[in-house]
Amino acid sequence: MVAVVTGKDLEKYNLHWMPTLMSDTQMVLPTDTVMYQAQEVAAVIATDRYTARDGKEAVRVEYEPMTPVMDPYKSMEPGAPVLRPDKPGKTDNHIWHWEAGDRAKTEEVFKNADVVVKQHMHIPRIHVASIETCGCVAAYDKIENHLTMYMTTQAPHAIRTVIALVAGHVGLTEEKIRVISPDIGGGFGGKVPVYPGYVIAIAVSFLTGAPVKWIEDRSENLQADSFARDYHITAEMAGTKEGKILATRFKVLADHGYTDASANPSKFPTGLFSIGTGSYNYDTAFMEADAVYTNKPPGGVAYRCSFRVTEAVHAVERMTDLFAKQVGKDPAQLRMENFIKKDEFPWKSPTGGTYDSGDYHAGLEKAMKAIAYDEMRTEQIELRKQGKLMGIGISTFTEIVGAGPSKDFDILGIKMFDSAEIRVHPTGKAIARFGTKSQGQGHETTYAQIIAEELGIPAAHIQVEEGDTDTAPYGLGTYASRSTPTAGAAAAVAARKLRDKARKIAAYLLEVSEEDLEWEPGKFFVKGAPDKAKTIQEIVFAAYTNHPQGMEAGFEATHYYDPPNLTFPSGAYICIVDIDPETCEIKIRRFVAIDDCGNIINPMIVQGQVHGGLTQGLAPAMYEELIYDEAGNILNGTLMDYLVPTAVESPSWETGHTVTPSPHHPIGAKGVGESPTVGAPPAIVNAIVDAVSHLGIKHLEIPVTPYKLFKELKKVGYFK
Amino acid sequence: MKKTINIKLNGTDHSVEVEPRKLLVHLIREDLSMTGTHIGCDTTSCGACTVLIDGRSAKSCTILAIQADGKEITTVEGLATAGGLHPLQEGFKENHGLQCGFCTPGMMIRAVELLGKNPNPTESEIRWGISGNLCRCTGYNNIVKAIQYASAKMRGAELPSTEPEFV
Ligand code: FES
Ligand code: FES
Repeated sequence: MVAVVTGKDLEKYNLHWMPTLMSDTQMVLPTDTVMYQAQEVAAVIATDRYTARDGKEAVRVEYEPMTPVMDPYKSMEPGAPVLRPDKPGKTDNHIWHWEAGDRAKTEEVFKNADVVVKQHMHIPRIHVASIETCGCVAAYDKIENHLTMYMTTQAPHAIRTVIALVAGHVGLTEEKIRVISPDIGGGFGGKVPVYPGYVIAIAVSFLTGAPVKWIEDRSENLQADSFARDYHITAEMAGTKEGKILATRFKVLADHGYTDASANPSKFPTGLFSIGTGSYNYDTAFMEADAVYTNKPPGGVAYRCSFRVTEAVHAVERMTDLFAKQVGKDPAQLRMENFIKKDEFPWKSPTGGTYDSGDYHAGLEKAMKAIAYDEMRTEQIELRKQGKLMGIGISTFTEIVGAGPSKDFDILGIKMFDSAEIRVHPTGKAIARFGTKSQGQGHETTYAQIIAEELGIPAAHIQVEEGDTDTAPYGLGTYASRSTPTAGAAAAVAARKLRDKARKIAAYLLEVSEEDLEWEPGKFFVKGAPDKAKTIQEIVFAAYTNHPQGMEAGFEATHYYDPPNLTFPSGAYICIVDIDPETCEIKIRRFVAIDDCGNIINPMIVQGQVHGGLTQGLAPAMYEELIYDEAGNILNGTLMDYLVPTAVESPSWETGHTVTPSPHHPIGAKGVGESPTVGAPPAIVNAIVDAVSHLGIKHLEIPVTPYKLFKELKKVGYFK
Repeated sequence: MKKTINIKLNGTDHSVEVEPRKLLVHLIREDLSMTGTHIGCDTTSCGACTVLIDGRSAKSCTILAIQADGKEITTVEGLATAGGLHPLQEGFKENHGLQCGFCTPGMMIRAVELLGKNPNPTESEIRWGISGNLCRCTGYNNIVKAIQYASAKMRGAELPSTEPEFV
């Protein structure tokens, strides 16, 4: 064994606390108070993992019990224990208040509306549980005063800057830090934050000069890393008795654990929750949210969802179904009647967004056709007569991704642009580097295709690299479906810069003026004389061997892309469930997902993203929830009882698409990785509720388990 | 007290000294440097660590290295031959059966035994057959397709289309 590190040891270097991405503070190791059950209390450093475990057994901690605050509503009550007395002047557990829309106007519409539906819902605390946990090797070289940090991060450059901000005072300044994020085993938002383990590894490597490895085991990962969701929402929808939606009102209580360690853009404490007005045409809404501290792990990361969009979409899509039920309309028909029409874009939402484009009618029509909607409704009537439970659920959601325009979006002050750098070598082969970081999304393929398309070089000749801060241009990383909207756009713009240069060189080589040239992928030719041509490879070679005098040699371009707006992908999902009337087992018979992510670069990759996202939408709808008891114990902190769906629970997904390009993105793409996780849960829950609605059930909280359903059915007298 | 064990890993004989408490997965990854076998949990739930022990798939995180004494072990590194990729590797590659790839070695090793016992499984048999292996990225559709592809290839049947199907 090498050492045992405590908070007191770190305190000597002022490293016992660190900032979160939301400018809150988080303990690296505690010096006096432990805030939640699985919190790190000491670090044991050893030469192998077995010895480290022995050392861990030898650590004695004496605890003095305190009363935990587990319920966020109780945390708000006067007299609740103040959880963060370390914050000067803090006398309650309130973190922030946020609102959007028009409160007074919304109140007015609600007061005069024929129909108001109201529902409280909890979007439970869940965990991304990427199959690879988080880990790092911190290798500090004392002689060079240089740190190389190999780590599982989705945002290597941002992490480098954070390390410099935290450890700059001990001499680790940004030029002395290299972060390398190699191939990593999934991320889904869980690998954006800085965790105490990283900081401890750096600190110990800094002190000993030896490389230090930290890798979580699964239970630590589930119990201590950033959670996702945990929003308590009171949602209301107002409308006419004919079924026209007039307004929505959402009130949120956000449980952040003991610190706000969300990974949201700085000015957006609830992320992009304001998308919760949905795909519908109405002009009045009000949303507000309050965040509180509790004795749970910190977080508020994504779980494969653009900043807090899943919570918002769940609320609006559940409310749309409740409203349809209330006015006695088919949920598909009600949606069709309320959709924003395709010629009404750009659409200004009542909570401030400007939707770029969409064709919601086309998506839902396609999904209804694929699932044979009308026949399913007829079958449902038949099955009900036989006492069978079958339900049809719809979700027609709008996503908001691609953060973001730098005027509004930053993380710790760093603007949320992203970057691409393309270097084409003399022989026409290229290397392209990006500020994003794939965790399995296939950037290597997608980016190469974008450049190939713009520059006429075969995709196979383009090497794509990400994840090394010494070589890649600065970027904010991959999460929130932002890679294609930002770095993908940067690739296209950088390639176009190169094409402009190629035109100049071609004109020089062919001894014509630039205007006389025409481009076809792979070559410039003289208008009207197609055999007078120079291929891109010949042009690139000339850029190094025979470039026009006065022109800069070489064939390289970099672009930092600052999107003018977010992109707004959408989807129409329909789910059919069959429920066993005796055991309440819920089976997904079919699930059709029609996505619109704008122009599609690689259909196989997009479809793969949709499949994966759908299973991660199924998970919180029916299986996953981190459960705590009142004493603060986590009740399901391992993969044995935290139920990640297997191939058996996951149905055979049926996917398709409509294409409504983004008008402001250079190649009309919108981003897709998270749409299905956002859109699937309400489709599934709407289907389950639909299957039992005739028995008097209006709403079910997620995850909808057979036991939960059984209890609800018992309440309405279905079971004696 | 360390104990000497003899194992054959992907065709190579090894005689190694191990602590009796060492898990097989750590022996494979850390002592024998075959890092294709992964670790995704601590409760025998994820299957990322699946290897073949004398031809049977097993979760190497739940077996002591000393229990593998005298056994023949195959990991993902042992699948490809000089002739090229194993049909399962080809199936995963052609059908986009992996995204991050972390679950993939375990999935493929598990599928080796599955197809060995049941060369032409139904979709449901494949799904149940890999239900001890978790994947967080792919939603399983393309893993099923990849195994169907390998099944066809190994039986000499016509290969199914690798094109994505859209409704
Ligand atoms: S690591 Fe062996 S089953 Fe998860
Ligand atoms: S491909 Fe990432 S876990 Fe399966």
